[in-house]
Amino acid sequence: MVEQTTESAHPSVPVTEISAGLPSTWHRIWDSDVFYSFRASKVTMVAAFVTFMIFFLATFAPLVAPHSPFDVATIDLMDAELPPAWEAEGDQRFLLGTDNLGRDLWSTILYGTRISLVVGFLSVIFGLVVGVSLGLISGYVGGFVDAFIMRVAEIQLSIPSILIALLVAGTLRGVLSAEAYNDAIVYVLVLTIGTSIWPQFARTVRGSTLVERNKEYVLAARVIGLSRLAIMVRHVLPNVMGPVLVIATINLAIAILTEATLSFLGVGVPPTEPSLGTMISEGQNYLFSGLWWITIFPGIVLAALVLAVNLLGDWLRDALNPKLR
Amino acid sequence: MSNSNEQPLLSVRNLRIEFPTRRGDLVAVDDISFDIAPGEILGVVGESGAGKSLTGAAIIGLLEPPGRIAQGEILLEGRRIDNLPYEEIRAIRGRQIGAIFQDPLTSLNPLYSVSRQLIETIRTHLPLNERQARDRALELLEEVGIPGASERIDHYPHQFSGGMRQRVVIALALCAEPRLIIADEPTTALDVSIQAQIISLLKRLCHEHGTAVMLVTHDMGVIAEAADRVAVMYSGRIAEIGPVQEVVRAAKHPYTHGLMGSIPHIGHHVDQLTQIQGSMPRLQEIPPGCAFNPRCENVTDRCRVERPNLQAAAHSEVACHLFDAPRDNSQMEARAGE
Amino acid sequence: MIAFLIRRLLQAIAVMAVVALCAFFMFQFVGDPVNQMVGEDATNEDREYLREQLGLNDPIPVQFANFAIKAAQGDFGVSYQHKRKVSILILERMPATLELAVTAAIIAALLGVPAGVYTGLRRFGFTSKLIMTLSLVGISLPTFLIGILLIYLFAVILGWLPSFGRGEVVKLGTWETNYLSVSGLKSIILPAVTLGLFQMTFIMRLIRSEMLEVLRADFIKFARARGLPNRLVHYGHALKNTLVPVITIIGLQLGSLIAFAIITETVFQWPGMGQLFLQAVQVVDIPIMAAYLILIAFFFVVINLIVDMLYYVVDPRLRVDLPSGGGHG
Repeated sequence: MVEQTTESAHPSVPVTEISAGLPSTWHRIWDSDVFYSFRASKVTMVAAFVTFMIFFLATFAPLVAPHSPFDVATIDLMDAELPPAWEAEGDQRFLLGTDNLGRDLWSTILYGTRISLVVGFLSVIFGLVVGVSLGLISGYVGGFVDAFIMRVAEIQLSIPSILIALLVAGTLRGVLSAEAYNDAIVYVLVLTIGTSIWPQFARTVRGSTLVERNKEYVLAARVIGLSRLAIMVRHVLPNVMGPVLVIATINLAIAILTEATLSFLGVGVPPTEPSLGTMISEGQNYLFSGLWWITIFPGIVLAALVLAVNLLGDWLRDALNPKLR
Repeated sequence: MSNSNEQPLLSVRNLRIEFPTRRGDLVAVDDISFDIAPGEILGVVGESGAGKSLTGAAIIGLLEPPGRIAQGEILLEGRRIDNLPYEEIRAIRGRQIGAIFQDPLTSLNPLYSVSRQLIETIRTHLPLNERQARDRALELLEEVGIPGASERIDHYPHQFSGGMRQRVVIALALCAEPRLIIADEPTTALDVSIQAQIISLLKRLCHEHGTAVMLVTHDMGVIAEAADRVAVMYSGRIAEIGPVQEVVRAAKHPYTHGLMGSIPHIGHHVDQLTQIQGSMPRLQEIPPGCAFNPRCENVTDRCRVERPNLQAAAHSEVACHLFDAPRDNSQMEARAGE
Repeated sequence: MIAFLIRRLLQAIAVMAVVALCAFFMFQFVGDPVNQMVGEDATNEDREYLREQLGLNDPIPVQFANFAIKAAQGDFGVSYQHKRKVSILILERMPATLELAVTAAIIAALLGVPAGVYTGLRRFGFTSKLIMTLSLVGISLPTFLIGILLIYLFAVILGWLPSFGRGEVVKLGTWETNYLSVSGLKSIILPAVTLGLFQMTFIMRLIRSEMLEVLRADFIKFARARGLPNRLVHYGHALKNTLVPVITIIGLQLGSLIAFAIITETVFQWPGMGQLFLQAVQVVDIPIMAAYLILIAFFFVVINLIVDMLYYVVDPRLRVDLPSGGGHG
């Protein structure tokens, strides 16, 4: 019998062990302390509510929004730069006021959030697919391939993502014509942002693959003629589901921020179909003349969205790794 | 209780340590009492999770939250120390109660030289200047048997071997001549060949300085070698406590008996070492009655419902229903005489 | 130590070579430099002459070698947009960015380290929770929005501080500094705070989690068991042991400060390298983009080397393992 050093520090309280390696990870995620910690944290519940509301409103923007910011026929320049409805000069038709082109700010925000969310989600999915695949290959093949992929990931992690994104965006701008660039902007952004976030997924999955690879059942599966890769995929993926979910959530917040930043810097979504970042950027020019709402309202929505997603990510990480608490 | 008539150095009374969890409180140490006389070495033995390290941590006031003392008291020379404000118990630590932990590799700060760690400890407790403290540090290193102490005093921990590091740790514990040392598994992390050296060093130093030791270990061999008395812990309770000779030679509690059976003795021919079936229950699964009942060969119906308390049996005390009546006693003694 | 340094230097050179290759390929694949440099009405002979002059007819490895040799000497050619030497353009703007980044780093470290230590030591206190919540808000607000809000509050509403530009700068040789005039100092406050805020929350959260990790270590428990006062345990033993990882991250963060300055410089119209780079990205001015990429990589490599050396100062385990080395240290 070997005495554990942790005896006095941690009595054997039952904890959720995400990396324990049993196939019923999903079951345990929903069954265990995770839900308890969700119920116990009011902040998390508020964050979940805010996230859900923003997702919902943005998804159904065409149904929810009182005006269509893209329909030129309904936009009147005479309505431009109106303050929010509760201000003296406000107009009841425009709850949050209008922007410099006379578009209803509330409607534009709803559509803008939609673009921000689409770019955010697609970027994370792209980064996740690339990262998880490369991580699996890296851990499975090993050797030179592994060293190469991991070195690239390492170098990329040490370079700020915004710089990579700008370089990729700049290069694509040179390769594509200006029109083609604007048409493909969502894909460009997804490629750009997704490229900057894959390494974290790759490293997590690789680590887990290395652990699984040497287990006996993998050898056994090979002996009876099953594809080892298929077996690994089946066993590694459920194991890394928890950490991957945490990384994905936190990176969703980062992706939304990066999209906003790129749009703010003028290499993202064009002002004709604005995202939140573009709206803030456009509004900044009017801030000095006192037209605060054009910048502030999209800013609040962006901040609330990112904060809520960040809070959910923090909660997930803590709930899935009890020892970090 | 101690055999000596003088006031015990340390007295633990009805100590209970709990860990609150959202599924209720876990009782890690349950109503234990024992004394340590000045200069005495008390061995505390038990499996992992029996609560022996927690008891040691509670005595020096270093129980880690959320663990807490739920009941009972700890007295040092008759003065209660379990409810002292932080600064007062801190002044006792190192000065009156020293401590040695399991792993010498991690007990020392890797970024501080040995001299710096010794000097800061000495100057915390004794009114010495830097120069005097350094001289004392050097004496201590020589005393714990570090060869070439004057050259090695400014080395960093990673430049010492495991055994040498544990000697440094002992020197650190002895800095301010404490009356009691809590030694928590001092040899577990060391090579077997070094273990005996460290134990005999500890034993010699404590004898010379008149220091009492609470020697926490899971190694009965270490206990038999060094301790004056021994307490056997099981699932947070003391199963048996008494003079080491009696506990080793004539174990009474079936658990202790099993433990003794697992020590190989030179010169005794045995076909097979005995082994206790099963394992100690987890804290949240301690059965009603005697915690040992599922593994006990002599289990009775009473053991499954009623918890036995410590009671005198010969020179020891034992918590087992077998010793309630004299007939059980004779039965056990017959077995113990093997 | 020397062997280690040489190995590190070789690695640094390898990294620089790879980055130079990336920059080189940007030239290869994006646009035709000749088209960028000559007018619409240039004859084919003119073009061919220029092509020959620029060495664009050489084999690719030769072109890369020429590119690398020139880059190592700080020669990145002429900007398409500004028609001036890239090296001069960048040198003119470097002081503005470096002063901004250094000021931001100082603000971030001066506030972030103590806040991290405090929240690490009193993790359950009310103030700690408040600081942690605020820091999460800080991380969630995009840098440019923070800048805009600060401008709105301190420049538009209160009118205390200028909203854009460097103010009056004092010339020290070729270096223009903000630090020597009142107007320059006032001008740098808002951009530096904006740039430093994210790094500050980052440093704070990092130190906090490192503190929590170290405070669980056995040697901390042993230090407490020796009766050392909290002052020594927390600010000596614990803090010093958090330094090793913290130095790495802070070092790397200094590099990202220079990169993130792009955003801050845009918000505050700060005439630094970042603005130059961003304009270059918008009009695909490849020489400037390439030069900026190589320069940032160079900063990263240099900072990494310095960080490696600091390890030696902090951690005795990394110093040469002399069998019975004297008491150096």
